[in-house]
Amino acid sequence: MSASFGGAIALRNVTLAYDGHPAVHRLSGEFSRGSLTAIVGPNGAGKSTLVKGMVGVLRPTDGLIQPDGLGGGGIAYLPQHAEIERHFPISVIQTVLLGHWRRIGWTRRVTRELCEAAQRALAAVGLAGFERRPIGTLSAGQFQRVLFARLIVQDAGLILLDEPLAAVDWRTSEDLLRLIVSWHREGRTVAAVLHDLDQVRAYFPDTLLLARECVAWGPTREALMPQNLRRARDLSETWSEGENHRPAPGPWRAGLAGYPDPLPVSGEREGSA
Amino acid sequence: MTLYDLAFGPFAEFGFMRRALAGCLALALGCGPIGTFLVIRRMSLMGDALSHAVLPGAALGFILGGLSLPAMSLGGVGAGLVVALLSGLVTRLTPLREDASFAAFYLISLALGVLLVSTHGSNVDLLHLLFGSILAIDNAALVLIGAVASMSLLSLAVIYRPLVVECFDPGFLRAVGGRGGLVHTVFLALVVLNLVAGFQALGTLMAVGLMMLPAAAARFWVHELWMLSAASSALAFASGFLGLLLSYHLDLPSGPSIVLVAGLAYFASVLCGSRDSLRTLYLQRRQPAA
Repeated sequence: MSASFGGAIALRNVTLAYDGHPAVHRLSGEFSRGSLTAIVGPNGAGKSTLVKGMVGVLRPTDGLIQPDGLGGGGIAYLPQHAEIERHFPISVIQTVLLGHWRRIGWTRRVTRELCEAAQRALAAVGLAGFERRPIGTLSAGQFQRVLFARLIVQDAGLILLDEPLAAVDWRTSEDLLRLIVSWHREGRTVAAVLHDLDQVRAYFPDTLLLARECVAWGPTREALMPQNLRRARDLSETWSEGENHRPAPGPWRAGLAGYPDPLPVSGEREGSA
Repeated sequence: MTLYDLAFGPFAEFGFMRRALAGCLALALGCGPIGTFLVIRRMSLMGDALSHAVLPGAALGFILGGLSLPAMSLGGVGAGLVVALLSGLVTRLTPLREDASFAAFYLISLALGVLLVSTHGSNVDLLHLLFGSILAIDNAALVLIGAVASMSLLSLAVIYRPLVVECFDPGFLRAVGGRGGLVHTVFLALVVLNLVAGFQALGTLMAVGLMMLPAAAARFWVHELWMLSAASSALAFASGFLGLLLSYHLDLPSGPSIVLVAGLAYFASVLCGSRDSLRTLYLQRRQPAA
């Protein structure tokens, strides 16, 4: 299964709101055909909201979201906290087969070719031999691999991932990142919400740095420049104070250990964070 | 008295017992899979709510058309669907959760039903509506139950795949445009239809018992969805068979007898089922964590 196509999505002055509170404000730009973009930003920056808007689960209160050239595959979407019933009596292979939804719908037959495609996808995520296992018996990492296999089967030109690596170990996240990169090589358009800036720098050519409004959108190295990260953090503090949010974790909080700190001013702020 | 006399004599001897048994078989076929889906979707209490909701419609049918099957059934289906749709609407338009809006509407509906029956009918009628009677299963009722069972199985065959996905991963179904809302509505309509089919024999309050108890019990024996449905149907029919016999020999009302037998099967399953029952969890040696 190779899609030489890749969808594009253009955003024109898009505002998305939850219960009247704007979560994404006046965002313009384009996820161009065949691009691989990381969407990063502090907590509450509107990353998930933006993805939901692009999938069509959430309607923009203002502006336009224009998908283009999606072809038959449509958009494949992996939500952040999938409302999946993990103890549902369904097997791994059946879950993966659901990726064929656009081909099988309510009642059409699941052919041998479709089954074989699902098996190949399972092998690609490193779960060959797990076909008959009930999903309830899988670990969080294995289950995420199953969902990735389902994305493979969906064979979509545009793939949107909302924190796909949030609950998985290092090994799994390396494997899944490699899959994401392979989709990019196949010409698909991929956008993923991520938290780990090292992963973003290592694997993603483009980055959208979001803090309710667009802070930077372009080549990753430029988008993640220290001054941009600082601006995103400053913006996040203005809404954190107003809404009593917990302070943002990760590189967004000043001077957090474990990161090559992008913020030259972080030292003096350490005590207050 | 031989075993044959005990177990099969009543059915061989009396037409109404045969009709009741046939009714139980048809009910069991529809209720098995539907109850299974209710349990799996954590909507067990929704079935209960809908069974109460049917009452004012059945009462209205009774007031307008007397003890007539079509009038009462039509009224019951109407009232059940109205409650299902209205609570679905409130859930969609307001932040109130589905269980709460269902509870609100079924309580209103139940009160309305009791009010209607007590102002326009006698206590006997109320008892009849609430608890049913196997004598009420005449040929027309049997045709109704059979039709509902057939329709349920056919509809389930059509919506099976999206219904499974709607239970398992509703977000995915939404993202691929699988019309989850429609599937949910059709399913609720099937629940209402089956409850109405059951209330002639079991009564409005008991009809849901044949739906929920076997499905809850089956969960302690098998895992796969079709096995759960089949086991639920088998348990429901067995409960109907034994319940009818108890009701006949001991002169008990049929509805509660059938539901209590299903209840016994449930208790037995919780205690000694082969999967996750108390026996397997606490009596056998714990296996090392996988």
